[in-house]
Amino acid sequence: MILRTLVLTGALLTVTAPVYADARGEAKAQVEFGIKAARLELWKEATYRWEKATQLDPTYAQAWNNLAIGYEYQGRFDDAEAAYQRALKLDSKSALIRQNYDLFKEIHDRTKRRRDR
Amino acid sequence: MTARNVAAIASRASARRSEEGALARRSRGGLWRSLASLALLGVTAGCTSFYEVPIETPIQAKLDVGAFRRVLVAGFISGGTDDVDANMETVRLLRSQLRTKTNLRVIEAEVLPLVQLAGKQGQSAATSSDTIPPVAELGTATMTAPAPSTAPAAAATVEERSKAEAIRTRKDLERYERIFADAAFWKKLGEEYESPLIITGTIMFTPQQTSRYEVENRETYDQLGRRVVVPIRTFRERKGFVLEPKFVFIDGRTGATLYSETQRREVLYPLSQSTPALASYFELMDQLIPDFLGALSTQKIRGSRILLR
Repeated sequence: MILRTLVLTGALLTVTAPVYADARGEAKAQVEFGIKAARLELWKEATYRWEKATQLDPTYAQAWNNLAIGYEYQGRFDDAEAAYQRALKLDSKSALIRQNYDLFKEIHDRTKRRRDR
Repeated sequence: MTARNVAAIASRASARRSEEGALARRSRGGLWRSLASLALLGVTAGCTSFYEVPIETPIQAKLDVGAFRRVLVAGFISGGTDDVDANMETVRLLRSQLRTKTNLRVIEAEVLPLVQLAGKQGQSAATSSDTIPPVAELGTATMTAPAPSTAPAAAATVEERSKAEAIRTRKDLERYERIFADAAFWKKLGEEYESPLIITGTIMFTPQQTSRYEVENRETYDQLGRRVVVPIRTFRERKGFVLEPKFVFIDGRTGATLYSETQRREVLYPLSQSTPALASYFELMDQLIPDFLGALSTQKIRGSRILLR
């Protein structure tokens, strides 16, 4: 019985691991492309790529971070907030994501305060 | 050739060989080092996991001014110190900022003396149910300087009246604020200038003086020459100014108030420092201008973010 479970688990891992690896690989390619686009100031294209990356691999914290920046650039603050939160949830120890989020938060909070006045 | 000479020659030759060897090793080492650093550079470039990018975050305008092509900064009810004509200075500053930082066409009209207008409005409200006199009539009447030939008695009454009208506190200001709710007046003004967006409001620019004890750390050295930091309470007097503008945005087509916002900024200097009131006014307005413009046009905040791989 134990042997059968082990065999099954092994088989499952063997089948699913490449799938995840493939998803991350494709997501990474999208992220790379997005970075290139952003560096050329093609932010809409970049945001589209990072959206795809997060769809391909929802556990990819860096892609969520970049997507948040893309949203921020377009003034989509609520979406940016959600994307930053997701990135931080996935990688809470990343000082760079935290730094980006803090900078965003400062602007976002100021805008909110102004709107409430 | 003696055995000693032979030995010397042999040792020199061996020394030369070893020098050459060292040289070759050094050059080989250099080559390796270069290759290694190149490889490292390649690896580093390939592995760079983040990129800093400049970003401009847009802050949406609070007001949709798409319906207006022109803007009229009509004038302000100003109060506080007499050292600065806050009405004139604010109108001039806002017009220049709007001209350079927005797409709206700025109407160059005479500045409305709103204090007098609002005063007359108050009087007419007290005596009859009429609203304030026609805009053009009031504007020309109040914008021209008083005639020099006026009798001294009349001049005295004007002076007395202006003293009585002087706005020193926010409470004084409240008496005049009714004018912003007079839609008929603003609509009429709008009609004169092809229905622009009208900017008006109140400006309080008041001197301020504070005195209080402040704690500061002072460094001293004890008998043994050790550095000691001692907190010392010192009495500090400061003076400066408080600027409290209220910007009111009025639809020139209907006379209705679209939006208004009140702000407050203050600046304090040491008592020994002599700063002209006008300099303080501009220092404080500099801080307020981005927020004011943010009401009318999308502002962009420049910064940088880190993209990750």
